Amino acid sequence: MDPKLETQVLIIGGGATGTGLARDLALRGIRCILVEKQDINAGASGGNHGLLHSGARYIVSDPSSARECRDEGAILKRLAPQCVEDTGGLFVAVRGDDENYIAEFADRCSRCGIAATVVDPRDALEMESCLSADTIAAFAVEDASIDPFKLSLDNLAQAGRLGTLLLLNHKAMGFDQRNGRIETVRLMDRRQGSEVRVHADQIVNATGAWAGEVAAMAGSRINMVYSQGSLMISQMRLGERVLNRLRQPADADILMPGGTVSIFGTTSKRIDAPDQCRPTTAEIDAMIDDGVAMVPKLANTRFIRAYAGVRPLVRSGNGSDDRAVSRGFSLLDHESDGLENFITITGGKLTTSRLMAEKTANLVCRRLGNDSPCRTSVEPLPASSEAQYTEPGLTPKMWFKKNDASDLLLCECEMVSTSVFNEIAASLTNNGHRPGLREMGQRSRVGKGPCQGSFCSLRMAAHMYNEGMLKDSEGIGELKAFLNERWRGMQPLLWGPAVSQAELQEALHCGLLGLDVSETA
Amino acid sequence: METAKTEPIKCRLMVIGAGMAGMSAALFAVRRGISTVQAGLTGETLYASGLFDLYGVAHGSTRELIDDPWQGLKQLKQTYPQHPFCRVSNSLIRSAMDGLTDFLGHAGHPYAGYPDKNARLITPVGTIKRTFRVPETMWAGVQALEEKAPCLVVDIHGLRGFSATQIVNTLKPAWPDLRTASIDLPRQNRLGPKYAEHIARGLDVEATRRELAEAIRPHLGRAKFVGLPAILGIHDSRGVQHDLNQMLGRPVFEIPTMPPAISGIRLKEAFESHLPPLGVKSFYHHTVHSIHRRANGRFVLELGRTEPETTVVAEHVLLATGRFLGKGLVAERQGLREALLDLPVCQPENRSCWHRQQFLDPKGHTINLAGIEVDERFRPLNLDGQVVYENLHAAGSILAHQDWIRTKSGTGLAVATAYGAIEAMVSGVVDSWS
Repeated sequence: MDPKLETQVLIIGGGATGTGLARDLALRGIRCILVEKQDINAGASGGNHGLLHSGARYIVSDPSSARECRDEGAILKRLAPQCVEDTGGLFVAVRGDDENYIAEFADRCSRCGIAATVVDPRDALEMESCLSADTIAAFAVEDASIDPFKLSLDNLAQAGRLGTLLLLNHKAMGFDQRNGRIETVRLMDRRQGSEVRVHADQIVNATGAWAGEVAAMAGSRINMVYSQGSLMISQMRLGERVLNRLRQPADADILMPGGTVSIFGTTSKRIDAPDQCRPTTAEIDAMIDDGVAMVPKLANTRFIRAYAGVRPLVRSGNGSDDRAVSRGFSLLDHESDGLENFITITGGKLTTSRLMAEKTANLVCRRLGNDSPCRTSVEPLPASSEAQYTEPGLTPKMWFKKNDASDLLLCECEMVSTSVFNEIAASLTNNGHRPGLREMGQRSRVGKGPCQGSFCSLRMAAHMYNEGMLKDSEGIGELKAFLNERWRGMQPLLWGPAVSQAELQEALHCGLLGLDVSETA
Repeated sequence: METAKTEPIKCRLMVIGAGMAGMSAALFAVRRGISTVQAGLTGETLYASGLFDLYGVAHGSTRELIDDPWQGLKQLKQTYPQHPFCRVSNSLIRSAMDGLTDFLGHAGHPYAGYPDKNARLITPVGTIKRTFRVPETMWAGVQALEEKAPCLVVDIHGLRGFSATQIVNTLKPAWPDLRTASIDLPRQNRLGPKYAEHIARGLDVEATRRELAEAIRPHLGRAKFVGLPAILGIHDSRGVQHDLNQMLGRPVFEIPTMPPAISGIRLKEAFESHLPPLGVKSFYHHTVHSIHRRANGRFVLELGRTEPETTVVAEHVLLATGRFLGKGLVAERQGLREALLDLPVCQPENRSCWHRQQFLDPKGHTINLAGIEVDERFRPLNLDGQVVYENLHAAGSILAHQDWIRTKSGTGLAVATAYGAIEAMVSGVVDSWS
């Protein structure tokens, strides 16, 4: 007999919304299981700019989203300061940009209640030396940088302490329905290949871009549009603040600081299915060619990783521009589909994920007859130890401060030491998850420096065998999966010195270690 | 251009590049009595595995594992007439490989291998590596694997990226008689990372070897072989190995380690100290700052470290500048170019076609087939298929239509094409001005 789990609420999807919902419900005393088919933030929650929007970007295209961003940005800055670097932001126009948009910007911001202060272009250049000398207008806004991994891990850490069960690498395979209710959710444990069944009073589909596919398993149709956004990470931090192009939202508009690096993006490329998401060479080239107008330095910056996320957009009317589809979120109760215990929450964006969780939790609670109020809008989000190592520049500081030569570095680029590695691995193991190279990469900076995992992958694999975390020949598959995953982010950025690095990596991993062939002993 | 402070050096051949191809070319040239100047950075050699591949995996779509490289090359030449190996006969390739290993043998680093068969040895991740010539320090490992003999694999605390447990657990199903041991390095502070180079230089001292042997001895059991990370000395690896064999009463062998490995240091130091005495006028750590060709055909080159220091006038130039890591080719967002003379580079249509979506895709990356096209005498061709200059040659990994990494043919390709280029130069009728 397959194992069967019982819970009040089953949340499908471990992104910003799902983890936020788990915390929200746990704070209201509700028992939850959260299932995620890969790892935390594997979808768009991990594939975005990490921008805590002031709202100014949406003042024309979507004023109600703009106001939501304004309010939610303020809440997160106050209640989750460990996840936020309050950098402030600039909107910057350069010669040739639409004069009308520039002229109306301040007024439109104020109509949405968004603070925007005029900055003299010469002062803007003083504030941000990477800006183009062709800057003709600038406004200061309250944008900030947010670490989406830390946000989700902190949400989960508190939810876990309050009794939420997390199942990683578990994929929803089907729903058994009777009389308008989903009685059982069938999950597949992707590591073991076994089935797990869950009975829950309410089921929430918080799978972002995959919401349509999951809802279809319940016989519901959601008209989704998949808009891929690609981004690239520079080796060094380029600006102090969030730098937005002051124009109608378009590609290559935003240069975002995050710790010791910067993130530049994004694109809007229609794809047919969310699993097709990956950054392309053409997107990267087009972004650089466009972005140099605001930040000329982008032309000769070294980028170390590209990634992409899918904006889960729910189409209501017609229209061809994906950016014109509302960036607001969609909360679907599925009652018109004849289902009484199924909810879908999708769309929206990282900045409003807390609000999305709140609204979803309100509906869940109404159905469960629970009248506890939402607490995530008033209570601080506790900082967890699990989440601290995603911050660029933190582990080197810790390592130098600790000054313990026996704490060997496994990742030399980002200076992640054995003790940090072991701490993260122990936290995974304690929560019932198996630590693997990709899981370590998700929870720390390993493999994110210039070597992109060429060397640290080997040091980590050796260390994991010594610690008993890998057995038999698991290490080979583990290395291959990690290297292919890193490659996704390298491949579109391969030019200049990065091509030499890739050549060295291939010489090592294929030439010497033969990971490209299967030769048996 | 010709403004250097000293008298220009005149030579018959200027070899540009100091990797495997450049070093072999300089060696073969002086053996042929050609006055040779060589310049280039030797740093890239530090990444060399020390294993001399010839042809281990078939070029093209089958990716078949090759047992007999000579047979394999024969087939390759029938199927892929553009491949640079087609420019050199198998017997010349054999002479070239022998020429290199003889040289290194005299330099204190003898090599071993089968006459007509690839050897197989274990890697630090527990995979099997196929190659043609292996340092003698690794040869017992080839035999141990072949016999699946009882074998002890030893790792050293602090030497990262090398775990005996990893090697043994991965290989155990096929090789049940493998065991592990982890040791502390004698007389070393337990703390801190250990580096293969430091350990190896330490073992050049006899007393250190004895202490290492004593640390291993309690773990020997019934092992017939002992595998260690590659640490057996830099200058006298043969002596270090011999002593350890004696002290432990059974053959000891090295297992390659991840870079920075001593295999590369040994090669670099062997070339740097043993080539110049053979007559190579060497300018290691120098690069070519400028090159131009006079009306009479002679090349004038300015060499130097950070700025031009020396002028060379050469009758022939051999370009052995390598690919991207060696800086012979430059990858710009808009396309690939050759760094020194801006020779035409045979390349994919655009950047989107350079690399495949999976790093480990068995088909290999298209960019790896890019490079300089040459005629049968290793002279670069222009876009019309005409020889660019009669006295300009190219050899090694910069050549187009080969993928040395995926076909496990790095050293073979470097050495064979270097040999071919030198032979073509010697036998050429183009020496009318010399």
